Amino acid sequence: MEHKKKSVYLDNNATTPADPRVIEKMLPYFHETSANPSSIHGAGRRARDAVEEAREKLSRLVHCRTDETYFTSGGTESDNMGIKGAAFAQSERTKIITSAIEHHAVLTTCDYMKKHGYEIVKAPVDEYGIVDLNFLSRAVDDKTLLVSIMHANNEVGTIEPLKDIGEIAHRHGAIFHSDAVQTVGKIPIDMDALQVDMLSLSGHKFYGPKGVGALVVRRGTRFDPLHHGGHHERNKRAGTENVPGIVGLGAACEISMTEMNTEEKSIRELRDSLWIGINKEIGEVQLNGHPENRLAGTLNISVKYIEGESMLLNLDMHGIYASSGSACTSGSLEASHVLLAMGVPHDLAHGSLRFSMGRFNTKRDIDHVIEVFPGIVKKLRAISPLCKN
Amino acid sequence: MQYSEKVMDHFMNPRNVGEIENADGIGTCGNPVCGDLMTFYLRIEPRIEDPNKACISEIRFKTFGCGAAIAVASMASEMVKGKTLSEVTAMSRDDVANELDGLPPIKMHCSNIGVQAIQEAVKDYLKKIGRDDLAGKIKGCPDKKH
Repeated sequence: MEHKKKSVYLDNNATTPADPRVIEKMLPYFHETSANPSSIHGAGRRARDAVEEAREKLSRLVHCRTDETYFTSGGTESDNMGIKGAAFAQSERTKIITSAIEHHAVLTTCDYMKKHGYEIVKAPVDEYGIVDLNFLSRAVDDKTLLVSIMHANNEVGTIEPLKDIGEIAHRHGAIFHSDAVQTVGKIPIDMDALQVDMLSLSGHKFYGPKGVGALVVRRGTRFDPLHHGGHHERNKRAGTENVPGIVGLGAACEISMTEMNTEEKSIRELRDSLWIGINKEIGEVQLNGHPENRLAGTLNISVKYIEGESMLLNLDMHGIYASSGSACTSGSLEASHVLLAMGVPHDLAHGSLRFSMGRFNTKRDIDHVIEVFPGIVKKLRAISPLCKN
Repeated sequence: MQYSEKVMDHFMNPRNVGEIENADGIGTCGNPVCGDLMTFYLRIEPRIEDPNKACISEIRFKTFGCGAAIAVASMASEMVKGKTLSEVTAMSRDDVANELDGLPPIKMHCSNIGVQAIQEAVKDYLKKIGRDDLAGKIKGCPDKKH
């Protein structure tokens, strides 16, 4: 990629770069204070203090008690721990309800539970990606052990009405789990107000390090651990704590607490200016996801007559990093399950592109995309047999 | 997933893009539902006594698809130019993939579609000149609904 000039990272829903302030807080815990938090000596106690301080920061961010947090290796582990843990802690209920647009960390876990005899129901969504509440009301019954619906969708950014879903789940005594890896640190979260019993989050989605996350479980919600071993995390998640990671997660929570509001606004402005620019320069594009009720940094579009991977490769040549729901980029031959569930036709799902903006993007990044992207679309449409002009 | 330099070259600078007006043979393979669609247009130097020895004198294509699909169409168009129809009919997906210095396994179907679309165009030509007997021997594109 010799003619690459400047790189523009617009794949923040996949992962965010760690904030330098986070990295700085983590560094002492790799060497100077690298003792095991379970050790009773001074060095161990300092590591323990660091873990507990991070726990407090996390609990302030999502409005829960410190003894409701369990540090994990990330979003996938948290989802597995919540779903399997809730199921294995009881034996009466056998039904799990989720949605058609969940992340694979939830969907594949549910597929696995199905093999073990659980009934899995996937709620449909509307054209914007909002879960069908009427369907949920009918599906949840006294056999339902868990309802697992994400807070915001990673591909299109649509934010789900968690409070309403939580009420439906609780009407029948079911546990409500939500994969909130796309929202924690980006929008305010209040476990009580959202009626959530279990919440999954991940450090690297909001400028923390990779390899660390948490499952927050309300008091009184029973779950079995996935890992068995030592007494870590109050016997719920065995394994020596990832101290630098946990410290980094705590630091990321603290920064988000203070900067969330202003940041959300500026990211939204960047995203909207990108959409306006694309719409002005390129005809026949459609927005995927809810027009208003979606994550500030997510712009998912479908460009008619052309395919996503070929757009991504061309953008990559210009140093612009985005992602697509095309089959070609998913490692399978199927287009995005999220877009298809929303009723987006196959060819438009293959022609989808996701730009996800974050803390470190600038107006210049957006200008660069608007400058380069129309030419790429023009070139690919010129070779497309579907494009008649 | 990594593409070879040749794939990237043909993808970024595809050869023989376009259509041929009143083409002697037109062939399409693939389906936008699956994310790949290719159409080839052929100009053919006729050989009335033995159409299998007729040569492809000009070729153009259009592609909807990923990087591999565009590169396959471009490379295949280069490979068949000047070839006789029987030579084109004998081509396999591996021939195109090898010329591109390989394709990721999940993209091999793109190579298939490329070869089949060209063979479909040859078939179309043979039918047009009334040689259904020869056309019937060519497999072409297995999935013609699009």
